[in-house]
Amino acid sequence: MSAVPVPLALLAEVTHRCPLRCPYCSNPTSLVKRSAELSTATWLDLFRQAAGLGILHVHLSGGEPAARSDLPELVAGVAETGLYSNLITSGVGLRESVFARCVEAGLDHVQLSIQAADAGTADRIGGYRGGFATKLEVAGWVTSYGLPLTVNAVVHRQNLDRLPEIIALARQLGARRLEVAHTQYHGWALLNRDALMPTPEQVERARAIVEEAGGRMVIDYVPPDHFATWPKACMGGWGRYGMTVTPEGVVLPCQAAESIPGLEFESVTDRSLSEIWRNGLAFATYRGTDWMPEPCRSCERREIDWGGCRCQAMAYLGNPGATDPACSRSPHHSQFRSRALGFAEAGVDSFTYRG
Amino acid sequence: MTPDNVTYLPRGVRLHRCGVRNEWFLLAPERAMRLDEIGIAILSELDGARSVRDIVAGLAERYAAPAEMIANDVATFLSELHRRRMVEVQ
Ligand code: SF4
Ligand code: SF4
Repeated sequence: MSAVPVPLALLAEVTHRCPLRCPYCSNPTSLVKRSAELSTATWLDLFRQAAGLGILHVHLSGGEPAARSDLPELVAGVAETGLYSNLITSGVGLRESVFARCVEAGLDHVQLSIQAADAGTADRIGGYRGGFATKLEVAGWVTSYGLPLTVNAVVHRQNLDRLPEIIALARQLGARRLEVAHTQYHGWALLNRDALMPTPEQVERARAIVEEAGGRMVIDYVPPDHFATWPKACMGGWGRYGMTVTPEGVVLPCQAAESIPGLEFESVTDRSLSEIWRNGLAFATYRGTDWMPEPCRSCERREIDWGGCRCQAMAYLGNPGATDPACSRSPHHSQFRSRALGFAEAGVDSFTYRG
Repeated sequence: MTPDNVTYLPRGVRLHRCGVRNEWFLLAPERAMRLDEIGIAILSELDGARSVRDIVAGLAERYAAPAEMIANDVATFLSELHRRRMVEVQ
């Protein structure tokens, strides 16, 4: 077996609690309860372990991380290790006094999500009235405290036609960076794919709009893979780039990994992060290229996209060890594509909101 | 990037030494750039006060190399980081 890579990023899902109910939420459909969440001390210990493992970025995410009253302590814990702290927030539930304490504790960066460029659409998608207005206010705090702001917009059929307005809004909010990320179809998004799947024309237009957007704001575009030729290197390769820790301390190779039956995940309450990363079975199972079937095994792209997404192979083929059907070389690719077209044309606009 | 520009690392962009890899990185939102010795030397000079010309002169002296030779490398390096908003101009 090849050497275990040194990871770069830790996604700390400090809670699943969130006032919003986005129909594409990346949290699993069965959410961890507050009573099962890790304690402050356990998170702080975990951040120290992350530093010892060579991780560089810690993303404090959720759910809504501001739902935890110890958020400033968590930020301070990351800052003490010297690692880069990124607060991924919806803005809803974050109070200015708490935010100020986070800044004082050494917060490096804020990533604020928006659901659309106007209140009506945004609040309908987020399933929370008043959310949009709160976000605008939070963006103002971030820039007035001098912190870099990234606006994150998850895009799908129901907001893609307003992408130019989303870009304009991010600029107006003073974002240094905008992330336009197509929905990843796991968890809640998978349940809602007939309401979210974009049409190929929308995808084409979005790419052109992002390419033509000038200005100083950096725009990172995460393309969808349903109408692409090659799959994405999901997570930069399984067990290569980073890991997710759930609110109760379970360490996952990717956020959606719990959708794969048969994989045994371990918790930081039982074993060290280093042991789980290096020797954990769930990480070892799809790390590198040894697990690959054909056509991946003999493909020249096998160390570029690492066979694509295991969770997508699971969701569409019932086989997590198969080539990602998003790949044009997968024997199931044309079926995958035509199913996506079917969802895009379903014409369903109503959501199953996150619980 | 012109010799008169005064550059600095904006808030949220900083140098970090990773003890595990024994290497320096420039950390920014969603970015970690591994730095070689020259990169570290250039970035450690950014203070928001001195111009690119001054920085080049300082590096030329320190490395006993002609300023004209260094000037181009420094400008290219800083321009690229400026484009990615990892370096700002005063
Ligand atoms: S995607 Fe929406 S519901 Fe899920 S955590 Fe983020 S803001 Fe909350
Ligand atoms: S065959 Fe496998 S390795 Fe090759 S491009 Fe497709 S998913 Fe990637």
